[in-house]
Amino acid sequence: MTRIVIVGAGPAGIAAAEVLCAQGYRPVLIDEGHRAGGQGYRQPSAGLTLDMRRLMGGEAGKYEAIHARFDLIEDKIDYRPRTLVWAIDGAALHLLSDGRVDVLEADTLLLATGAMDRVAPVPGWTLPGVLTLGGAQVALKDQGCLIGQRVAFLGSSPLMLLAARQYREMGGEVAVVADTTPLGAKAAALPPMLRAPRTLLRGLIYMASALQAGTPLLHGVTPLAVEGDGHVEELRLRDSSGRERRFACDAVALGHGLKPETQLADLAGASFAYDVDFRLFLPRTDGFGRSRPGLYLAGDGATIGGADAAEASGALAAHAILTDLGVTQDVGAVRRAARKVARLRSFQRGLARAFAWPVAQIRAQPDDTILCRCENVTIGAVRTAMAQTLGPVEVNRVKAMTRCGMGRCQGRVCGPALQEIVAGMTGDEGRSAGRLRGQAPVKPIPLTAAEGTAS
Amino acid sequence: MTVATADVGIIGGGLIGAWTALFLARRGQSVVVFEKGVVGAQSSGTNFGNLRLQGRFPAQYPLSMRSQALWEDLNALIGEDCEFAMTGHLYMAFDAEEAARLEGYADVSERNGLVIERLAPADLRRCFPWLSDKVAAATYSPRDATANPRLVTPAVARAARQAGAVFHENTRVSAVARQGESFVVRTVDGRELSCGSLVNCAGAWAVEIAECFGETAPVFTAGPPQFVTEPMPFMIVPSLQTIDGSVIARQTERGNVILAGYPRTAADAVANRAPVPPVKTLAAMRALARLVPALADAHVIRVWSGIEGYVPDMIPVIGPSQTQAGLFHAFGFCGHGFQIGPGVGLCLSEMILDGATATPLEPFSIGRFRAATTVSEKFRKEFD
Repeated sequence: MTRIVIVGAGPAGIAAAEVLCAQGYRPVLIDEGHRAGGQGYRQPSAGLTLDMRRLMGGEAGKYEAIHARFDLIEDKIDYRPRTLVWAIDGAALHLLSDGRVDVLEADTLLLATGAMDRVAPVPGWTLPGVLTLGGAQVALKDQGCLIGQRVAFLGSSPLMLLAARQYREMGGEVAVVADTTPLGAKAAALPPMLRAPRTLLRGLIYMASALQAGTPLLHGVTPLAVEGDGHVEELRLRDSSGRERRFACDAVALGHGLKPETQLADLAGASFAYDVDFRLFLPRTDGFGRSRPGLYLAGDGATIGGADAAEASGALAAHAILTDLGVTQDVGAVRRAARKVARLRSFQRGLARAFAWPVAQIRAQPDDTILCRCENVTIGAVRTAMAQTLGPVEVNRVKAMTRCGMGRCQGRVCGPALQEIVAGMTGDEGRSAGRLRGQAPVKPIPLTAAEGTAS
Repeated sequence: MTVATADVGIIGGGLIGAWTALFLARRGQSVVVFEKGVVGAQSSGTNFGNLRLQGRFPAQYPLSMRSQALWEDLNALIGEDCEFAMTGHLYMAFDAEEAARLEGYADVSERNGLVIERLAPADLRRCFPWLSDKVAAATYSPRDATANPRLVTPAVARAARQAGAVFHENTRVSAVARQGESFVVRTVDGRELSCGSLVNCAGAWAVEIAECFGETAPVFTAGPPQFVTEPMPFMIVPSLQTIDGSVIARQTERGNVILAGYPRTAADAVANRAPVPPVKTLAAMRALARLVPALADAHVIRVWSGIEGYVPDMIPVIGPSQTQAGLFHAFGFCGHGFQIGPGVGLCLSEMILDGATATPLEPFSIGRFRAATTVSEKFRKEFD
């Protein structure tokens, strides 16, 4: 029987595994996490009891449902948690699990690798105490701890209000929720979002609850700096009226929405195209998740759509896999799922405008702002390299000259901001900057992992 | 169509092309360089960065030594140091048979004026306590060095430009021909250059140019599989190499350990790709952990390779064309071109302007491929 491998046990991966199981297949489900659920539906670490109902709020029902559904299929699939796919070479997936490497051949591969935070650098963002917004939520859901007692939320993301609410629920104080997108831009983005009124309503409820709790809620801010002596002490910003304001805090959660984790898609041979709404290079798929023959992409790892879209797109990709294997699928159900995915993803495009990636702010950053935190490369170093005769005009070349994006995270964090700096310097749109090429290992692997492998 | 004339046209904006352009321009020649991509992007920019003098092809020593003197003068020559560092090079053997070969290389090196220190296991423990006790013998050359290949070619090209050379990046040559007393070079984007001399240093793509003039070389493309670790505490000063080729490693001042190793990996000059097979990364990881046990917990963060031109006798093609006066070749550097790059550039400039160079380059003539090709032992060792 053909071996179907799914990478990622978030809502997309679980939904895909469910469809495949229901039609008599036993897929391999590989996941980096200790427990299924992905980032959004992350479960607490083993041995830790948390009030997840309270933490998940309006999403508690979905949280419980997805885990209950996973429990039903767990023994019907080949589930491999705590496993990193660190390279893909043709059909071979190179795995790292418990410190050892292994190889798994996949006839059909579905990548549901999810997303991570997209962050815009500000002066002081590498100070201890600054975490990504997603990191702040992981600390809470996985470990039951807060990143600080008094947390400032900075960036532009619908998840800021959700995380602020979660932090208040768990006993934290919220210093400020500072959104870099002006309120006017949000209003202008409303029409497409009306296509998913439930999600829109949920956002408004979070906003109301923040106001009710007395949390300062600012729109259209210009971040000036995260300040502190060896650790975060305050967030300094200019509000929409131009007034400079300071917020005492001991942690900052920084996030400007999400970016797909596309490294594996890149290594697996997906082709990419620039997306003007997200201002990112995204892997190309047809409406069902097909990339190249034998390769399928679903969930936020393909394009940002949120948990519901991820789940629907996972099921949809599984139907596409089965169709391509010659197994007749219920055409009506597939069409409905395709429409649902399209509708939810279109809503996310609206969100991308309502919570805008702050291109102008990134390009206006002073020279000494750190761009690449792994290699400690400043924005000024990139500008200087590009201004030279025969200087680089494309991100991979800038990386080669400056080491920006060359460190532990391989540009997963600084890549989007680097792209804007480079595009800004060449006086073009984001696409002209090019796309950082993926290279194995997608995450660092220790030399010891190779011990005892065949030569 | 843009028509231009120059004294010398250069096809290939790699290390060789940039150095040749610099030396010619400094002697008052008008020079135009055509580069299909950006300067120094292929083997010139993706190589390991070794300026190794130990263990070179014996006939190459005069060129190598001349080239090293240029490297040592880099800052004065181009105004940038490109992370040049005289790190020394430690060449290592795991057993008696390898040690005997090491001794053979050391003899050749010494006869060519290189200072070599022979290190017994006790010396190695004392000088390099982080090294595996499996190393049976080593030779150390203090004059060997390293530089950052990503930075060098653009820096040399900038200096050449300042001296008046013209660089056309993203400009692929579509045709070359002899017309009367000059060469005519045409590019895909509609440029035309008429030049008195022509240098073919197009790396993995150079045979196409040579064949326009009725000569050829059995060049094939490959790349060195390389990886780099996260920054580790700085401890390894010399560049490291095991004679079996399993480890070629160095630590940058920042702390990252860079590794290249044999066997080399396939490269696709048409698709412009040189992917590193993960099994080769794993093999190199094992080899590095064996050689430097202190690095066992280091994490590999990135792999890369580049497209290099190789010939089966593992000796580069350098010198005048055998079929066309005024045409000069410099390609097929078999992964060993970085160290000799400046020297090759200088020799080419002398051949073009003075009619000859004092550095002996006969063994590198393209004419050798008229007879049956010899396959070198090195070739068998470095490929799988």
